[in-house]
Amino acid sequence: MSRTPKWHVFLVCLLAGCTFTSERIVLLPEQDGRPTAVVVKQGAHDVVLDRPYAATELTAADPWTYRASAAEVTATFGDALAAQPTRAAAFTLYFVEGSDELTEESKRVLETVFADLKGRKVADVLVVGHTDTVGTDPFNDALALQRAEAIRRALIQRGVAPGDVTAVGRGKRELLVQTPDGVAEPRNRRVEIVVR
Amino acid sequence: MLRIALALTIATALFAAEAHAADIGQVKVSKGTVTIDRSGQSMPADTGTRLQTADVVKTGSDGSVGITMTDNSLLSAGPNSVLALDRYDFDSTTNEGKFDASLRRGTLAVVSGRLAKQSPDAMTLHTPSAILGVRGTEFVVSVQ
Repeated sequence: MSRTPKWHVFLVCLLAGCTFTSERIVLLPEQDGRPTAVVVKQGAHDVVLDRPYAATELTAADPWTYRASAAEVTATFGDALAAQPTRAAAFTLYFVEGSDELTEESKRVLETVFADLKGRKVADVLVVGHTDTVGTDPFNDALALQRAEAIRRALIQRGVAPGDVTAVGRGKRELLVQTPDGVAEPRNRRVEIVVR
Repeated sequence: MLRIALALTIATALFAAEAHAADIGQVKVSKGTVTIDRSGQSMPADTGTRLQTADVVKTGSDGSVGITMTDNSLLSAGPNSVLALDRYDFDSTTNEGKFDASLRRGTLAVVSGRLAKQSPDAMTLHTPSAILGVRGTEFVVSVQ
């Protein structure tokens, strides 16, 4: 801890006219309507914002809470909200047993992935491959990666830059449906795609 | 001898820093003047720029910026803003980790991601006078 007296700070403030920053925090309505909260801690004070448009203003005195309006949010935060990136989207594709060939249904889902990608200026795609529990770990690790790589190639063929797609394999470690070892479960033979 | 040892230590430290400079997010939207301060240097933050821990993102009076982190959190700032990405650890398998950012000035809109969803203590936003604990949510902050 510094032992330097702080009185000179006040003197400078007095002469130069320091102003305490004004800070505002407003909780926005959640898109999917789930309950959420932000806890604002200023020194010894805690303010919990847990309703849509619950707001607090922090000044040199105690924080005070109020209910903000949509108009106030737009006026102050319009530019910041307009710059908000497109939300991440997740897709799951399923495979024919023991192969890196998509099921017919999933071939159609892959088209919706391409459509999503078209709406983004810069995309960042993560492809995670999985298997069911039939076979050894080394076999499933290789198959999971093979599935992810097959989807990665398909994305690159359709114009995604190679540097923007990452493919990884998780083998049978992260089952969607829990099964004992050696069970052929179609819902576990999948890749999960996250488009950011 | 001491000099060689020192040079080696520094070289090792530099190499380690390089090896850990992993991407933590990406600039998705960049309008007007947007820059990043990284390791004492200022660089333009165009759309597509990859972000690293300790980057400080700044917007000019005509600028705004939108960032997506690897945990899917969205951070977007309006004009005259200074946003520091102080700390970021994210395990994409377990969704565990820690994200600390600071809004030093300006306006910021936040949509929290997988880190805050996994643990209520994982994401913290600092302002000059307060600390915000994010419990998985959408909110806006101004520092003026």
